[in-house]
Amino acid sequence: MDLIISFGTALVALLICLQVTVLLLWVERKGSALIQDRVGANRANLFGGLLPFNLGIVNTMIADPLKLLTKEDIIPAGADRFLHWLAPWVAVFPLFLTFAVVPFGDVLVIGEREINLQAVGLSGGILFVLAMLSLGVYGVIVGGWASNSRYAFLGGVRGSAQMISYEIAMGLALVSVALTYGTLDLQHIARAQGQLMWGVVPAWGIFYQPVAFVLLFIAGIAESKRAPFDLPEAESELVAGFQTEYSGSKMSMFMMSDFIEVAIVAALTTTLFFGGWQVPFLYRDGFHFPGGLTVAIPSLVVTLLQIVSFLVKLFVFCWIQILIRWSLPRLRYDQLMAFGWKTLLPVGLANVVASAVLLLLLEGWTGT
Amino acid sequence: MNPYAALLINAALCALVATVLLFLSRILGRRHASKVKYEVFETGNPPIGSLRGTRFPVKFYLTAILFIIFDIEVVFMYPWAVAYRQLGWFGLAEMGAFMAVLAVGFAYIWRVGALEWN
Repeated sequence: MDLIISFGTALVALLICLQVTVLLLWVERKGSALIQDRVGANRANLFGGLLPFNLGIVNTMIADPLKLLTKEDIIPAGADRFLHWLAPWVAVFPLFLTFAVVPFGDVLVIGEREINLQAVGLSGGILFVLAMLSLGVYGVIVGGWASNSRYAFLGGVRGSAQMISYEIAMGLALVSVALTYGTLDLQHIARAQGQLMWGVVPAWGIFYQPVAFVLLFIAGIAESKRAPFDLPEAESELVAGFQTEYSGSKMSMFMMSDFIEVAIVAALTTTLFFGGWQVPFLYRDGFHFPGGLTVAIPSLVVTLLQIVSFLVKLFVFCWIQILIRWSLPRLRYDQLMAFGWKTLLPVGLANVVASAVLLLLLEGWTGT
Repeated sequence: MNPYAALLINAALCALVATVLLFLSRILGRRHASKVKYEVFETGNPPIGSLRGTRFPVKFYLTAILFIIFDIEVVFMYPWAVAYRQLGWFGLAEMGAFMAVLAVGFAYIWRVGALEWN
């Protein structure tokens, strides 16, 4: 029985990951269109024009992936065949696995059984996420090398150098979060944010670690090589960077890794800084508002509300990343590296020290 | 249930999905060999030499080494952060000393110019 439940939560986590990725494709296209004052994809229609409206979503979510998946799979001459096959797999597998430790709800109560809505309840959740993101770097490097192309190789090496530079900043932001909550388990951190500060304000992580939030968000965007940090895949310079020699489903896997990382950064931010699945004032038996008003709600509805809240927050942060991508100009590579090493790293270190000192001075104020 | 067993189940599921995705093009796509298709993209020019003898620019190696150093520092900070409340001021002083040593190192590499990227 435990096995089935575990498999069920694993499936749900993976499904959330895949669905968010596919949806993000469409949100990115439509969103970028709206930002750039155009309409975006809207040429597909259903049933051969029977319905009076056009649906870009069919284009982006169904037609585009199908087209990519049915393209011919080309491996360039002289390329290392095994590595060429391995690179997209290594790029995508750790990112799928990261979603296993993200809690998408509190507990699901069925009969007497309480199912923790987190696929893997690792006590070292944050460390696991960091490890998986580090593994993702291999996909970039191996992809660039395996293509037997100078451009791809250069793109891959530059991309990986960028990714590892920003991983330190991310790690430092996560250290300060670990300081605040005294645990690395994501579900515990999400649960700890259900408390109220001064009886009114939900104790979300953003109030305790605003600097770490900014640090994590920026470093996360840089890690996923999205604009404004996307020089390794700069369309105008290196064609597609390390992805140049890939076609068909392997190319789609690299593209997916981009969007999965967007979702991961968004998931991390909501879980660590915005309460994850927490709805303000909602507890396992219903709402308890500060004025004294209590609304009893059946536990299944509570769980549903919490899952919806998680997904909404996830999408808010995905949208913010899309907004940032289409608003800011690209950073030049040396600006990028300078920003990671000379700005984010010192800020991260300073934040850890300051948080540690403040924590000891205000002992008992931030308790878990 | 042991969380690591759950992790194994998750890993197996993710590996399966990734593998299926990987081979989807092979299964669904066409396979017509043509000499031009397998040429590497170099905007029309014939590819220059093999990648095997390409030299790896050393500044990437430097970045990787620096990353190792600072990442190990961050890794040491994690158990300290989790056990922080039991360690108190003494723990802070210890970690402060550790970070101070590394901060001096960081200041050195900054000054020497190892963080410059020309």
